[in-house]
Parts: sequence; C-alpha cells; structure tokens
Amino acid sequence: MDLKLLTYIVVGLSFALYIGVAIWARAGSTKEFYVAGGGVHPVVNGMATAADWMSAASFISMAGIIAFAGYDGSVYLMGWTGGYVLLAVLLAPYLRKFGKFTVPQFIGDRYYSQSARIVAVICLIFISFTYVAGQMRGVGIVFSRFLEVEITTGLITGMGLVFFYAVLGGMKGVTYTQVAQYVVLIFAYTIPAIFISLQITGNPLPQLGLGGSVASGEPFLNKLDSVVTQLGFGAYTLGSKSMIDITAITFALMAGTAGLPHVIVRFFTVPKVRDARSSAGWALVFIAILYTTAPAVGAMARYNVHATVNTAVSSGGDLFAPEAALKYEERPEWMQRWEKTGLLKYEDKNGDGRIQYYNEKSKNEAFLAQAEAAGWKGNELNVDRDIMVLANPEVAKLPNWVIALVAAGGIAAALSTAAGLLLVISAAVSHDLLKSVFVPDLSEKGELMAGRVASAVAVLIAGYLGYNPPGFVAEVVAFAFGLACSSLFPTILLGIFSKRMNKEGAIAGMLSGLTFTFCYILYFKGIFITPMAENVPANWLFGISPEGIGSVGAIVNIVVAFVVSRFTAPPPAHIQHLVEDIRTPRGAGQAQAH
Amino acid sequence: MSTDNKSKADAYWADTLKLLWIVLAIWAGVSYFAGIFFAGALNSITIGGYKLGFWFAQQGSIYIFVGLIFWYAARMNRLDQEHDVHED
Repeated sequence: MDLKLLTYIVVGLSFALYIGVAIWARAGSTKEFYVAGGGVHPVVNGMATAADWMSAASFISMAGIIAFAGYDGSVYLMGWTGGYVLLAVLLAPYLRKFGKFTVPQFIGDRYYSQSARIVAVICLIFISFTYVAGQMRGVGIVFSRFLEVEITTGLITGMGLVFFYAVLGGMKGVTYTQVAQYVVLIFAYTIPAIFISLQITGNPLPQLGLGGSVASGEPFLNKLDSVVTQLGFGAYTLGSKSMIDITAITFALMAGTAGLPHVIVRFFTVPKVRDARSSAGWALVFIAILYTTAPAVGAMARYNVHATVNTAVSSGGDLFAPEAALKYEERPEWMQRWEKTGLLKYEDKNGDGRIQYYNEKSKNEAFLAQAEAAGWKGNELNVDRDIMVLANPEVAKLPNWVIALVAAGGIAAALSTAAGLLLVISAAVSHDLLKSVFVPDLSEKGELMAGRVASAVAVLIAGYLGYNPPGFVAEVVAFAFGLACSSLFPTILLGIFSKRMNKEGAIAGMLSGLTFTFCYILYFKGIFITPMAENVPANWLFGISPEGIGSVGAIVNIVVAFVVSRFTAPPPAHIQHLVEDIRTPRGAGQAQAH
Repeated sequence: MSTDNKSKADAYWADTLKLLWIVLAIWAGVSYFAGIFFAGALNSITIGGYKLGFWFAQQGSIYIFVGLIFWYAARMNRLDQEHDVHED
C-alpha cells in the first residue's frame, strides 16, 4: 500500500481512539477537571505521566541530539530521568498529602501569601507556554512531512484535537487519553529500534544491542568510535563538554523536571500518599523504556548515516578511498525525500559527484591533511539532528507500516504533552487567578466554565506560537528548565523541609533565583535582545553554560531564602502545623479545592 | 498536637530523613559520581561492549533510578506502619 495512504489510515485510527477515550472519560466537576477525581490507579497514573512527560522533544529530538553529541547527550538521559527520584522522595508524597489542586495553591497556602501564589502562577505560565509552543511545532513538522499537508492544516488539526479532549475532558479526559497515547508512542519508538538493533548487532533488544557487536565481531561502540574519529569527529563515547558544565546541566534538568508544574500536578490525581510514591516509580518505568532505547537509536542512526554515504564503513575498508563515497546520483530514496524538507542538504564542493561527509572543523591537523590529500574540499552533507528518529525507519529500509506508526507516535507524544500543559495553564488561570484573587465567589460551575475558556484560549495561543515559532523555540528550553529549577523547585522543597521558612524568605528566594537565571540566559542567548557576550565557555560564570545555570540559580534561591528568613518573623503557628501535617501520611483525604 | 504525638511525629520524620539521605546518596552516586566524575576512570572497565562509565551515563543510572524509587516506596510503607502513621 502507498505510504501516504497508510500513514493517513494509521494516524486516523489513532485519532479515533483518542476521541473515543475522551468522550468516555469527560469531566463533570472541577475535581474531575483538575485532578481527575483523585482516583486514578498509580500504574495508570504512571503511564499517563510518562506520556505527559515525553514530549515531541523526547520522541523526535533527543535521540538525534545524542546521535551527534555522543556521551555529552547523557545529560538529557540522566537529567530527565533522575528528576523522578527527586520527585518521589522530596516532593510528590508531601504535595499529595497537602491535597490541593495546583502548584501555585501550595506555594500560596504554605507561604500564607497571595503574592507568592501570583509569582508562582507567572513562573508556571511562562514555563508551560514555552513548552507548548515546541509541541505544536512538532505536530506541524510531523504532519507536513508524513501527510504532505501544509504546516497550517496540520497545526489546525492538532489544535482541534487537543481542544476537544483537553477542554471537554479536563484532567480526567487527558489522563485516559494519555494512556492510549503512551501505548501508541512506545510501540512507534521501540519497533524501529528493535529492527535496527537486529540489523546492526543481531540483538533484538536495543539496550543490549548498543553494547553488542557488529558482524565483524568488533563491539559496536568501538566500531562507531573508530569510524567517527577517523572522519575527524570527537569519539562517540567521550565527552567534549567540561565536567562542571555536564554536572550543572544534569542537575538543572533533574531539579527542573521535579519542578515542572505539569509533572507535579500528576501526583495530585492518585488516591493516597503511598500511591504518590509508587506512581513516580511507575512513571519512570514507562519513561525508562523509551529513555534506555534512545541512546541505542541515536548511536545506530549515526552509524547508519555514515554507512549510507561511505561504503567503507561497513566493509571496513579505507574511508578516504575515492570510490568509497556514495555517488549523489545513487543516493537512497529517503535522502531525496528529506532533501525536499530542507532538513538534509548536499553541496558538491569538490565537483566529483560523490558525497563526502566528515568534520571539516576538526582541530586534528593530521586528519585535515589526510582529507585534503584525498581531494575533499569541505563537508558536503548537512543532516538536521531532528530528522534522525523520523528518518530512522526509512534509513533502515523498514516496511511502510513502521514508518506510518512513527508518524502516529510523534503526533501522540506532542499531543499528550500539549494537553497536559494546557491543563495546568487553565487551572492556574481559573483556579489560582480568577477564583482566588479576582472573583472569589465564583461558583463551581462558573469555575469549570472559566477553566474551559482558559484552555480554549491557551490552545489558540499555542497554535499561534507553533505557526509563528519565535525563532528561539530551541533556546527557550533552557529557559523552561532553568526557571523551574531556580524558582519552583527550591521554593516547594523549602516549604516541606524547612518549618522555619517564611513568606519573606520564599518570595525573596524565588525572585532572586528567577532573576539571576533569567538574566544569565538573556545575557548569553539574548532572546528578546542582542546577546551581550559571546556564548562561549571562556565567558561563562564558573564555566557553566546557560543550559546549566539553573543549578546556580537554585543555590542563589536557597541561600537568599535562608538569609532573609532568619532576619524576619517566623511563620505563624498554624503554618508550622500545616508543615508537620503534610509530613505524615495519615489523614490524607481526597484532594480539596479550598 | 500533644507532646506525645509530637515526639512520635519527630521520630518518624527523623527516620524518613535518614532514608532520604541514603536514597539521595545512591542517586548521586550512580549519576554524578559513576556517570560523570569517575566516568573516565570507569571507562577502562568494559561490560559487554560497553565502557562502564559510558554505560552508567546512558543506561545504568536509569535502571538504578527505577529500582531506587520502588525500594524507597517499599521502605517508606514499612516506616509508615512501624510509626503507626500509615493511611487506612
């Protein structure tokens, strides 16, 4: 069957499934809308959390980043999974015992301050919109590539679908749809990985295949290291970033993960405190299936790209031999297809009609001399890292149904995350701003309506951001994690573990952590303004890049909070009792609105 | 809260914090220590076709995180029972 038709059928079937689930699980009360009625089984909740968490970035971009960064890509693997350990032991059970609907509500109540709550809402909205814009863009890319429609049409379809189940279903609809989306995305991710691992190493488990051997008996990773270093790249299994930077980025991603509102709020939906602990474990089980597969996908995709354009890679011959380089005329179909999208580019710099793909910016003089002697006049192929996962099944010549499944999986990953984000945005607006600050006498029905209107407006803004991506979608990821790590995470943490922490300390800490991180990123990345300094290690504070600066921001937050709280009055007695109360599981009732 | 309840709650909290530090030590050990600080040294050991430091950074730390959370959840459930603060 024709690939396009098949893709339409597979994607269409997955949509029908989501809509069916959404109708079955629509929300009738604010409690169902915000926390799915608080009765979701921990395993189900874990699966939904996993789908919520694994975005278009995890599904489409991460393996591609690892493919080109090698060991340095480990920051995402450890950072985005290690955060769940922090969630399980530091935050989730206590926030569940607290038993309210939203993250700003916890901060507002614990620090007995509407200002603290509003600062938290601002952080939350900024973090969530940053994210959602990226998701919508992801939907657009997948639609335009696989269904060959205009990116606008793709966006509108995606928006309509998210609107339908997030707005009608609320948290309940989203939770159950996410379970379905998890199933679609995990099959879509692992099936091609299994085939590719089999082809290259003969082992069906990609996690073992990555440590397996190629046909010649040489360990796969050694083979990959030797191929890429011969072509002037850095060794795959060794890093090029400094140790302090790797450490800072990993921590910023871990604490950022634990501080992301759309992740935290998932733990309000389970029935008991003990379920909040195990649910974090289940979420990580489902996430780990993809995250332990991703490094194999990345490494094997990198190998496959080299093996495609240089026949000496798999035969073990001379990589510099003129006839080893692939003739442009004989390039495979997938390369032709991706060239149309502009994400793959060829330029015949030495006019030999063949593709030389290597690191022309290598600092190794001997290598550069060797390349020049072979008549190479610069790297001729540019591969966008975002196509690694999507092109993978085509590169490995897998059947069309696998390619169609990957399209459905990419869309599932983007939609499930977008829906979760829209939900926390709408809850923050209707619950934390309208109900608690502006219209305190809002009825439950009115609040539910306001929540729906807020998510409808959020869908429209998200769609707009996806259509007109602020040129900085990739850069703002650093923003989202940096801000969550330096503002929400330390503030919630101190609220649970320090009884003495008061309103003044928390607000001062949040604002200083936030401002520090915000300014540092702006200084180097210059998102709204021109960067004020070149973004190179020599200019960085302690050698920490803007991606990792949230770690320092978190320390700033904690230090400022402690100092200020010691010079101001301790929190009132009832707040100290509240803290004692959330530390013990007994008496955790259902999540309450007020 | 009566003094008796208070000292009971304090004992529970002290035990909770003790467990918390153990969990965080393992968490940091497999990621920051094995996967980053000592990755270079561990890379001289290989398991299967993996260099050990690289394995911790891209595979091992994730498996251990999963096990760690379930172990923590089980230990906490037991602590809740022992200190009689468990949910019904």
